[in-house]
Amino acid sequence: MAVLAVSNLRKSYGGQEVVAGVSFGIAPGECFGLLGPNGAGKTTTLRLCLGLIDPDGGSIELMQRPVPGEARPARVRIGVVPQMDNLDPDFTVEENLLVYGRYFGLPDRTILERIPGLLEFAALAARASSRIQTLSGGMKRRLTLARALINDPDLIFMDEPTTGLDPQARHLIWERLKRLLAQGKTIVLTTHFMEEAERLCARLAIMDRGRFITEGSPRDLIAQHIEPHVVEVHGDEVMDWADAEARSLATRVERSGDTAFCYAADPTRLLASLSGRALRYLHRPADLEDVFLKLTGRELRD
Amino acid sequence: MQPFALPSMSLRFLPVWRRNLLVWRKLAGASILGNLADPLIYVLGLGYGLGSMLPQVGGVPYVTFLAAGMVCSSTMNSATFEGMYSAFSRMHVQRTWDAIMMAPLDLDDVVLAELAWAASKSVLSGTAILAVVWLLGLSHSPLSLWVLALVPLVGLAFGALALVTTALAKSYDFFTYYFTLVITPMNLLCGVFFPVEKLPPVFQAVAEVLPLTHAVALSRPLLLGEVPGQIALHVLVLLAYAAAGFYAASVLFRRRLLK
Repeated sequence: MAVLAVSNLRKSYGGQEVVAGVSFGIAPGECFGLLGPNGAGKTTTLRLCLGLIDPDGGSIELMQRPVPGEARPARVRIGVVPQMDNLDPDFTVEENLLVYGRYFGLPDRTILERIPGLLEFAALAARASSRIQTLSGGMKRRLTLARALINDPDLIFMDEPTTGLDPQARHLIWERLKRLLAQGKTIVLTTHFMEEAERLCARLAIMDRGRFITEGSPRDLIAQHIEPHVVEVHGDEVMDWADAEARSLATRVERSGDTAFCYAADPTRLLASLSGRALRYLHRPADLEDVFLKLTGRELRD
Repeated sequence: MQPFALPSMSLRFLPVWRRNLLVWRKLAGASILGNLADPLIYVLGLGYGLGSMLPQVGGVPYVTFLAAGMVCSSTMNSATFEGMYSAFSRMHVQRTWDAIMMAPLDLDDVVLAELAWAASKSVLSGTAILAVVWLLGLSHSPLSLWVLALVPLVGLAFGALALVTTALAKSYDFFTYYFTLVITPMNLLCGVFFPVEKLPPVFQAVAEVLPLTHAVALSRPLLLGEVPGQIALHVLVLLAYAAAGFYAASVLFRRRLLK
């Protein structure tokens, strides 16, 4: 039984369709990733699923309840890590958890029993009485994660959980999310870090301009959409080389500034052509980022 | 959610109200001082200073007359400030409302909590002034205890009106209009500083429909130990402002936040 089932979801703002007919389902225990450039409609999709905004069309069932009609009771079993930090700045770490647990109707006794474990989980045990202003970005993020777990939810929504964090903080969050998955929790996360999606998500969808443009496991998406080998070539004369040689040796060549990205099923002849030239190059296997860029384009999305 | 549905009233607002109480408790000292200082300066400065040059006003010493008005005026100011600046901070700046609505609480619960909190804060202000009135010996009547029942009603009416303003505000600057165009005229027209009957007839007619007039019409006789006339009318006007303001605020907040 799906914990979340979305069918033909639509939402427009000012005549522009931000979510343009999206359908997907989430099974219990799964980690589903929603990838897409800025403005693709990821956050709006999450907010619609939570019943925080009303859809223009389509249907949503969250924990077997229709949304937005019964969104409020459905959220009893849900945890949310929002994109923008909205911890309570007037409170300490501990008070943030206490006050938030009360919003779920939990008695103080239950919340106070849960707090030490959650602080441990968030690696904040030593900061229980710190004020929010004194926390680093990574600590705030971990506290927001702990806050989302105060009601022991079955399903956790995370909107860009590691954006703006340094690698140490990011790896700690990833490790904790894996722990939650091992406990049987279901996670829906949006991200534009391909590495994050590849590490955590068994299944993901790439979203652009309000639509899902592809869906599958990270490995399937790479196999399905992209040549297995990538040769990135840099240097002054790269474009001359690309025009003269690469276009016939690679399946696809993409240019970005003074770098040529050559995609090929068999890179042997490409590499042979490069040997002996004054061009720097990197040969690597294709990854999710290549799929993402191929499907959503290289131009900026501001 | 239906945009024009009546606000749902449930006890779910309580944890949000408790959140605000917990914040307030951390700053209670400064807050009580702030609530008291301003109206006290008016009562003492104007009441005794200006009062010393005046004959009796409305049949009593000016300081007594003024104190009865200040109880309502300071209740109004406190509810207004909480419903505008503080609620706007929580909604727009700190995003506290967003965090609350990710839990199993709705916007209606949050708006009800804000109204209840604005009224609670104003009860504190009104009661503090009342205590000063008693301490200064400006009122001896047991009837003045009824002011304790009036003050929450005044808080609800002005808290609701303040929330309507907050629902429309783009930034803090917007609240200056409300103070200039609503609160200041209210303070001057509604019998806080001088009897409404001394105003030109046009202004008297305006004062007649303003909520503060009806609050003062109840508080002044009570403090002077008299039973007010037309109690039902005054109470109904205040209730009507509270109910209409609460409904309008709920509709406007939905339009602003749930689109």
